[in-house]
Amino acid sequence: MLGEGIMKGLMETAKNFAGSYVSKERLTTVQYPEERVVPAEAARVFPFLVYDGSDWQAGLRCVACQICEKECPPKCIYIDKSADKKPDAVGKVQFYPARFDIDISVCMSCQICVEVCPFEAIKMDTQFELATDDRFGGLLLDREQLAKSNEYYHHIHAAEAGEVDARLAAERAAYEAKAKAAAEAAAAKAAAAKDAPPAPKPPTGAPPSPPAPASDGGVD
Amino acid sequence: MSASNLDQIFILIKNWLVAFLPQFWQPIAGAILGAVAIIAVYPTLFALAVLMERKGLGRMQNRYGPNRVGPFGILQPVADGIKALIKEDVVPFRADAAVHFLAPILLVVVVFMSLAVLPMGRNLVLVDMDSGLLFFFAMGAAVELSVFMAGWSSRNKYSLLGAMRAVAQMISYEVVLLLSSVAVVMISGSLSLVKIVEAQNHYIGILPNWYVFTPWGLAGFVMFVIASTAETNRSPFDLPEGESEIVAGYFTEYSGFKFALFFLGEYVEMFGVAGLGTTLFLGGWTAPLSVLAVVPSWIWFFAKVELWICFFIWMRGTLPRLRQDQLMSFAWKFALPFTLLNLMVTALWRFMGEGWERWVVCSAILIGAYVLMGRVGMHKGQIGPRRYRYAE
Repeated sequence: MLGEGIMKGLMETAKNFAGSYVSKERLTTVQYPEERVVPAEAARVFPFLVYDGSDWQAGLRCVACQICEKECPPKCIYIDKSADKKPDAVGKVQFYPARFDIDISVCMSCQICVEVCPFEAIKMDTQFELATDDRFGGLLLDREQLAKSNEYYHHIHAAEAGEVDARLAAERAAYEAKAKAAAEAAAAKAAAAKDAPPAPKPPTGAPPSPPAPASDGGVD
Repeated sequence: MSASNLDQIFILIKNWLVAFLPQFWQPIAGAILGAVAIIAVYPTLFALAVLMERKGLGRMQNRYGPNRVGPFGILQPVADGIKALIKEDVVPFRADAAVHFLAPILLVVVVFMSLAVLPMGRNLVLVDMDSGLLFFFAMGAAVELSVFMAGWSSRNKYSLLGAMRAVAQMISYEVVLLLSSVAVVMISGSLSLVKIVEAQNHYIGILPNWYVFTPWGLAGFVMFVIASTAETNRSPFDLPEGESEIVAGYFTEYSGFKFALFFLGEYVEMFGVAGLGTTLFLGGWTAPLSVLAVVPSWIWFFAKVELWICFFIWMRGTLPRLRQDQLMSFAWKFALPFTLLNLMVTALWRFMGEGWERWVVCSAILIGAYVLMGRVGMHKGQIGPRRYRYAE
């Protein structure tokens, strides 16, 4: 009969109306500033720089290799290499970024910088409350604003951070073993050179080694 | 204070205030006071209705609705009002500025004027006009003028389309609205809304003698509800302002306070139409049971109007928008013939005299016609559920 469907519809909305006061499951809205949804493991917003230890300047994993700057599709990363060097996460003495800025008003959250970084230095953050009243300076994040501890990284992406830590530990062990072997070889050579003084001088310091296996590029 | 004093409290306050003035000024002051009261009360109800609508619609869609401004969001209308007031008033470069400016004012003026003849309680009517119903419909027709002024003067295709749709729809449904009210006039024998309420103000036992409790009254009431929904451009008849098609219809080019005036006008029109429907079919300010007559009459009037508004909101939360051809077919192929038939049934009711026979005969005719017309119309696909060729 005419009007039957309307009655059915009216009953449905009435059920919704009454039900929303009775059962909490109906109301799926999260009251945002007070209540929050825990971000998903794979959530990503903008990149940040990981540092180890407690001092962000000393522990920054970034070695200013500028691969991310070159790979960035919208060109939102600005890096200046330092003049001096300091030991990196693995222990090698490397450059560090004197300036590392990301313009998050340009960044498109593509994660390519993270994928190309050989040093596990840049990762995706889940922080999304970045609104500011200064759209130029406020959205250009500098080194200090970008630097976040490894503990924070573990907090937001636990599984991924665990893998990264294991890989870095393996690299560090490999590097130390190599350095030790090199030092031993150098010592042996030095001992041999003592026996034969006119031999050419052995190389001092760390022998050059590849920065990291290429397969380590992707972290996810 | 006795119950009858409470019932007449507004009249008593008015008389007390007016008594301070010399004799000559008293009628004018009384009229001004009444108008001020109406202009104060209805925007308050408007704020309440908007809040109710937003919260109610939210609940129907399993959301919370506004709940940020003040406790439970009850101050939301205040925030909305401030926002509307401080917004920039943009007038399109090529618009007809004078008409563009006048349209919202005309709308608000005519909808408030139509409220003057509504009896909102015992003796609580601003103008007891002999032809109050006629006056109300005359003012209702002026709304169309305002809508078309707004649409035409904006120089915007959406505005114009919205205005065209609005005028087509309002004229079509005004016929139904008028004819369904004529049935009441035929029985009560008066165009005065006060007399129409008086005619319904007696009880059979404790049950009220409202017109909606008669076969012709129920049919007229249903048609009146449908036509009044269309007349006030409410969903599912909101084609003139269908957001998904024509932005905001005839008031696309209005912003800030003028937009707020349109919004206010629309809601006050809704109150007016609901008040008229209450007066015609639901016994106006009379109590639903004779024992409840101690409650002040104006409370009953406003309670009925609010219930009517709740029903409008409920419909808005339920029904999707009609298509233009469905709208027109429904008005001309179903609603109009049915109301015409209802007029004949009303005449039959009038002349069959007291007794149970007229109940049987009138109900049978109306139910039979409803079922038959519904079947035929649905079979032909003119009315009833939508059918889309691509969805079959």
